Amino acid sequence: MENLYSLTAHELKEKIDKFSLAPSSILDSLFERIASLDEKIKAFVSLNKRAASAIPENKAGKLYGIPILVKDNICVKGEATTCASRILEGFKPPYDATVIKKLKSEGAVLIGKANMDEFAFGSSCETSCYGPTRNPWDTDRIPGGSSGGSAAAVASDQTILALGSDTGGSIRQPASLCGVVGLKPTYGRVSRYGLIAFASSLDQIGPITKDVRDAALVMNVIAGYDEMDSTCVDMPVPDYTKSLVSDVKGLRVGVPKEYFIKGIDKEVEASVRAAIDILKDLGAEIVDITLPHTQYAVSTYYIVAPAEASSNLARFDGVQYGHRSRDSKDLIDMYIKTRSTGFGNEAKRRILLGTYCLSTGYYDAYYLKAQKVRTRIKEDFDSAFKLCDLIVTPTTPTPAFKIGEKTEDPLSMYLSDIFTISANLAGLPAISIPCGFSEESLPIGLHMLARPFGEETLFRAAYAFERRTDHHKRKPKL
Amino acid sequence: MTAKYETVIGLEVHLQLETETKAFCGCSTEFGKPPNSHTCPVCLGFPGSLPVLNEKAFLYSIKVALALNCKIQDTIKFDRKNYYYPDLPKNFQISQFDMPLSYDGFVDPFSGSLDAKRVHIKRVHLEEDAGKLIHPAKESYSLVDFNRAGMPLLEIVTEPDINSPQEAYDYLTALKSILQYLRVSDCDMEKGSLRCDANISIRKAGEKELGVKVEVKNMNSFRWVREALSFEAKRQIALAEAGERIIQETRLWDAQKLVTLPMRSKEEAHDYRYFPEPDLVPFIVDKKIIDRIEKELPELPRERAGRFTRDYGLSEYDARVLTGQVDLADYFEKCANIYANRKTLTTWINGDIAAQMNARKVNIVGLGIEPKDLVELLKMIDGQSISGKMAKDVLLGMIDTKKSAGEIVSSKGLSQVSDKDKIEEAVKDVLAKNEKSVNDYKGGKKTAITFLIGQIMKQTKGKANPAVVNDVLKKHLGE
Repeated sequence: MENLYSLTAHELKEKIDKFSLAPSSILDSLFERIASLDEKIKAFVSLNKRAASAIPENKAGKLYGIPILVKDNICVKGEATTCASRILEGFKPPYDATVIKKLKSEGAVLIGKANMDEFAFGSSCETSCYGPTRNPWDTDRIPGGSSGGSAAAVASDQTILALGSDTGGSIRQPASLCGVVGLKPTYGRVSRYGLIAFASSLDQIGPITKDVRDAALVMNVIAGYDEMDSTCVDMPVPDYTKSLVSDVKGLRVGVPKEYFIKGIDKEVEASVRAAIDILKDLGAEIVDITLPHTQYAVSTYYIVAPAEASSNLARFDGVQYGHRSRDSKDLIDMYIKTRSTGFGNEAKRRILLGTYCLSTGYYDAYYLKAQKVRTRIKEDFDSAFKLCDLIVTPTTPTPAFKIGEKTEDPLSMYLSDIFTISANLAGLPAISIPCGFSEESLPIGLHMLARPFGEETLFRAAYAFERRTDHHKRKPKL
Repeated sequence: MTAKYETVIGLEVHLQLETETKAFCGCSTEFGKPPNSHTCPVCLGFPGSLPVLNEKAFLYSIKVALALNCKIQDTIKFDRKNYYYPDLPKNFQISQFDMPLSYDGFVDPFSGSLDAKRVHIKRVHLEEDAGKLIHPAKESYSLVDFNRAGMPLLEIVTEPDINSPQEAYDYLTALKSILQYLRVSDCDMEKGSLRCDANISIRKAGEKELGVKVEVKNMNSFRWVREALSFEAKRQIALAEAGERIIQETRLWDAQKLVTLPMRSKEEAHDYRYFPEPDLVPFIVDKKIIDRIEKELPELPRERAGRFTRDYGLSEYDARVLTGQVDLADYFEKCANIYANRKTLTTWINGDIAAQMNARKVNIVGLGIEPKDLVELLKMIDGQSISGKMAKDVLLGMIDTKKSAGEIVSSKGLSQVSDKDKIEEAVKDVLAKNEKSVNDYKGGKKTAITFLIGQIMKQTKGKANPAVVNDVLKKHLGE
């Protein structure tokens, strides 16, 4: 008998619906897998051992009995939610994030919380206070980040589905480096209520899955208006599985010249070029486009995101919840000691950076300027989408790098999000799907972006590509 | 001394809007509940929570802005004001920085029967309130109550065009009156639903440039605002006269010592690092909504006072006193609808009724006298069944026992005797007993009549109608 843990959500759903597969047997299979494997991968920061007894009743639910792993920055009522930071030690939210409510009501089974870069600050999962997660394809390498735990767990069959969050590439980059599917929805498509904010104007929750259909299934559940989130858009949610047709005929695929730059890994470039040829072969029309402000995306991002983060993270002060340093002589001392011992280095770096950018005398030169450039970047896309329906780029400049390789060089770490950041700045939906492997058997991802609320276009193209290829079927040797 | 200097004052009023729920979450705004009982993840600033603007708080803000003759911003946006304090759950306050929801308005206060100088409103903006720290006596810790955190707070800032403590007082009185007419807040300074801070500086008369400003806080009544500003103006002038420098600082009013004192805690120059609140989307206000609110604005104190002088023939002064409090003005009108003698009505409301409200520290509603009951009392005076003096006692009885005037008069046997026969009887009796006084009077000592009247009133236990007594007595004395 095939191992249940290795199946996709849609395969399991069929077994449950048609062959009365008991959800508890999926959990048994997964927990056994996790017990034998996670020592090595370290994708989990907490495991919900009570999941089997908490399988929802709703058998008609869209995800009934399907296990899902949740990134540790999404609030689950009563379950430790720490953002992989010491400062949230012992914090158990008194409420469920909206996406968690929706998943629960559709019968999904929450199996635990996934490791991540502290507060999602990072591209390698190395800034977690629990230590790094490892890439299932090569455990000396990073899984990407910040949703590294989610991606590594999906890639190593330790969960069926996972949720990540994406502020500058945090879903797509680890999905790419782990050889799985990761979707960042349009800003406003999925409620952020209950997602512990990194940069409010950039954050989105999205699925990390084994294939495109599973991503569509998750989106069918989590997308939609939420009155608790003022930035959430009130638009009907289509049935995304209806977009899963292997047909891209007439689809205009834009290839931005700025994204195939010097420094891009040869194997990555070759795989992505080959992928573009496949899309062409499938009937898509390839169009050359230009996104001239791309070169400013990373610098813009590293002003806007830390600025918002510095304010969002101000609440972690030891007053109400989480970590508090003892033996403080007064209030200021408590603030300083709590935050000095509670936050890791990357969090401190970003808080300092953001605080600086918002300070009187620097605001105009940094924050305001960055917002203007952000508008230009968005306008680039607006123009480009007049010529094409979809934009294709590599997800990352290189396959997974080694653990420790870039920790001493934040700037080179920041550049690993160079292709993904623009989608957040412009609020666009974007997906990463497997499109090949390096000689060292490291996954390579294809990045596709669409117009705002154009998730259906992404699903259509991604599904067509996936049907034609078998990269998504390849599994790491573990 | 004062002629040489000009005082420049700007006032900042914080007004808690009386919405049912908080500014950005669904928690109740009810006052006086157990600590932290009206809280949720949003107003506690829990990780992952997000604010959603309370529509009513916004509409109330627009209402206030329009009543203060302000312009309304086309696009409404909120900003984050970043600072650390344990009563601020997120360590930032959702406020409005460079685009307050309204700006450029004015208030025209009165000072007695005179018009005072117009005070310009610089801006009115909506923000959230903070929680409250509690410092238990002799303990080394502090507690925090977040019930107040997230309450909708309207900040109303004047231009620095107030030139005396009295002008500040008049402005605040006029502002409070308008706010109460709008029924958007109870404006209760003791509960903290209305708070006032002041910026004050002095400059040599005729100078254009503003002096160094001092912020004065902790004034919990309009009277204290006036006192504190008087003190502060004098202090600054004394410093200037002595050739000393006035430093920019925040000072607290000490209502016991009647002085302003520098704030003890080190108030460093804050950099609030304002930036647009990314969790709230900027929105455009529908002009139709503004027009509707403007149409629905109630008659405001100034217009109402004008109408009172026209329709009820009141003096300007009386009309302004009556219309100063919306409840009092409503009360007056209810009485006036069923009672034609507006002069008597005004005298009573602005006199005895107002005195009782002050003595008991209640408003007209709290006094508990229905308009029809007051009118009943006044009609008894008019019909001479009780004297004006007796009526004062009856009024007290009405307030204390909540009984009607008629009930009190009959239960105490107070009703006035105007029956000529009964009075005649008393007069004869008194004259018979006091021959000496009668002779004195007839002998030319006219003041003896006062003694005789006193005796008659005594015999009738004060119930005799003085006018009738006078007539009858003079008749008997042969005049």
